[in-house]
Amino acid sequence: MKFAGILSGTVFGLAVAAAAQAQEITVQCDDLGFGCKAMAPVVERFNQENPGKTVRLETVSYQTIVEALPVQLESGEGPDVAIITDLGGLSRYYLDLTSYVDAAYFEKEFGRTLQWLRGSDPASKAINGMPTSLTVNGAYVNLTLFEQAGIPVPQEGATWDDWAEATRKVAEATNTDFPMEMDRSGHRFASFAISHGAELVDEQGNPVVDDGLRTAIERFVEWHKNGTMPLDLWGAVGGATHRELFTDFLNANVVFYFGGSWTLNQMDTEVGDLFEWAVMPAPCGPSSCTVMPGGGALVGFKHTKNPELVGEFIAYVAQPENYKEIIAASVEIPAAASLIEGGVEYPSASERTQEALATFTNQIPKMAPAAYRFQGWRFQRAMMNALTTRISQVINDELTVDAALERIKQDVELAMGAAQTGGN
Amino acid sequence: MSAATRLTGALATLAALPARVVEPLMHGLQKLLGIKRMPWVFLIPNLTAVLLFSLLPVFINIFYSVTGSDRLFPLDRPYVGAANYETLLDCRDYLDPSTCSRDLFWRALGNTLLFVPVQVAAMIGIALLTAICLNRDIRGRGFFRGIFFFPVMLSPVVVALTWQWILQRNGALNGLLTAIGLEPINWLVLPDAAFFWSVFVTVWAHMGFFTIILLAGLQSIPRDVYEAAKMDAASPWRVFTRITLPMLKPTLLVVFILCVIRSVQTFDELYVLTGGGPGSATILIVQFIYETGFAIQPRNFGLAAAASLLLGMVLLIFTLVQLRVARGRSYG
Repeated sequence: MKFAGILSGTVFGLAVAAAAQAQEITVQCDDLGFGCKAMAPVVERFNQENPGKTVRLETVSYQTIVEALPVQLESGEGPDVAIITDLGGLSRYYLDLTSYVDAAYFEKEFGRTLQWLRGSDPASKAINGMPTSLTVNGAYVNLTLFEQAGIPVPQEGATWDDWAEATRKVAEATNTDFPMEMDRSGHRFASFAISHGAELVDEQGNPVVDDGLRTAIERFVEWHKNGTMPLDLWGAVGGATHRELFTDFLNANVVFYFGGSWTLNQMDTEVGDLFEWAVMPAPCGPSSCTVMPGGGALVGFKHTKNPELVGEFIAYVAQPENYKEIIAASVEIPAAASLIEGGVEYPSASERTQEALATFTNQIPKMAPAAYRFQGWRFQRAMMNALTTRISQVINDELTVDAALERIKQDVELAMGAAQTGGN
Repeated sequence: MSAATRLTGALATLAALPARVVEPLMHGLQKLLGIKRMPWVFLIPNLTAVLLFSLLPVFINIFYSVTGSDRLFPLDRPYVGAANYETLLDCRDYLDPSTCSRDLFWRALGNTLLFVPVQVAAMIGIALLTAICLNRDIRGRGFFRGIFFFPVMLSPVVVALTWQWILQRNGALNGLLTAIGLEPINWLVLPDAAFFWSVFVTVWAHMGFFTIILLAGLQSIPRDVYEAAKMDAASPWRVFTRITLPMLKPTLLVVFILCVIRSVQTFDELYVLTGGGPGSATILIVQFIYETGFAIQPRNFGLAAAASLLLGMVLLIFTLVQLRVARGRSYG
């Protein structure tokens, strides 16, 4: 009896001690690209190499990360780590990893994109997470239609106007519905605007509405009025609603579609050999040949009870061999400088997709500083929402370009005022 | 004593058990509180539910409308007084939204003020006509009743996506027009057409619900009144205006109130179908509130709360007027 008591006490004591020692963190991610599925083998290895420490992957939809996660974080709840895309907007919740990771290595590999995670404090040197992959806006072109029309495909250095002219001729010759199309997204329009000289945000984080933006809006509206672009996206939809019509490109109803690198996989699987297509280098505007970067990041949150484990895990994922393995599995553009320069092999991707990925990757060094600045701005989404809403109003003759520019500035200032000072 | 009698006795004892337990408790409470306060004991559970789920959200809404910042926790939100209301109401000319600080609020309000009467009139008119048809002794009456009620069971998003598929540039309707040699029309790109289809789709989706209520109202009208009218050789129009409509008035009033409330709340179908476009041609007030409070980053809960309270006040005034009119008529 006495022995049984001692035994059970010892077992209880050991169990309590083990529970106190065992550390577990949850990582929330979706299942696309650099997400839970691609990370799973690396996470499994981490768990095996670190007994008593557990990293648990929680697969959720992208919508959950965009809509539910911010509310969870605001109430001090949610996962310990997540892969997020609103890099600047959630910056106040990030755990500073500087003391847990090799800061010099992070700066060297992810230097430019780390800035995006410092949204509310651009002067900060904090390591707020690990940028996972880059997405790049870009143009998909139906080469078969160009060939049928007998018109040469504009090459690197071609301007937006060159593309508009060439695709108009192709559409006319091949009886295609529309020459050009662009997602209804402030992010996509920002590529066009920055290449026309728009700054969108200055170094101090103030919104900028300049002649570059005016020129871009005027040209964009003109293309909608003269039928170069269909009204279905920017004309028909209102408010801040995001809308894509990539099916138009998949069905060969449009010659040139301005979307992004994330649709590559869809192109590969749905178009296959139905027609020849390619991703073209970024069209040039009067100012630059830039497109907008984007991407996700693996970040830890301040509310975690295991900050050391969060830091250890993110540092583990960032190790070159682990990071390269995940990037290759996800068929995405790496965010690490060494892989951008050295290139990545994607064993599961087709040759055409590999070429397209290479084209997208080649646009990264050409990106204008304004594009990087805009991507990391805390109020980027406020500006993007204002752009979509107001440009659609101009297309529908509800506002003049001047009035739209004034409204865009007001909208962003209202959002900033409401968030920063608590007033309007 | 038979088994049935014993069973009945046992059941009666079992049924009386709660009363035996509760009765002494109630007696005790009555002694403690007095007979006059006893009704509160019975009211408190329901009052608590109303307080928690109806009144408390209203007070929280009021609190948010007078505080700022994009923070969610009340303690993190600084008091800003009437700043949110001032922002919404800041207009040089209330009839011209472009002169207002928050022009989209006024455009949404204007659209709502146009959408609600048009949609309610169409909804009640078509639902009444359908109910009258379905009340007649026609073949396949049950089948048709099911058909008209079917869209009510569909999710609003499914309704909107289905109609988007029909109305889009390469949609089914344009396919049909092309097949019969007509020019296709890009329905959702033209502001007036988009507004028309917004009304049409919402009427199509909800009409069945109101048809059923009106049908029940029609069936509660005594048949002998119609038989008497028939014997007097009254015309169908006279029967409709002198018998059907007056006797259906209480049901019509209920339908009208429900219809107006639902119409003002319209959001999901239009948000998916048009997103409030083209431009701002179909943006309604609930979409403005949703986008301001939840869709646009950073979220401006204060402005959204102020807009919803202003909408609530308009609805309150409307309901009071409606009740006054209804009461006046019933006294008259």
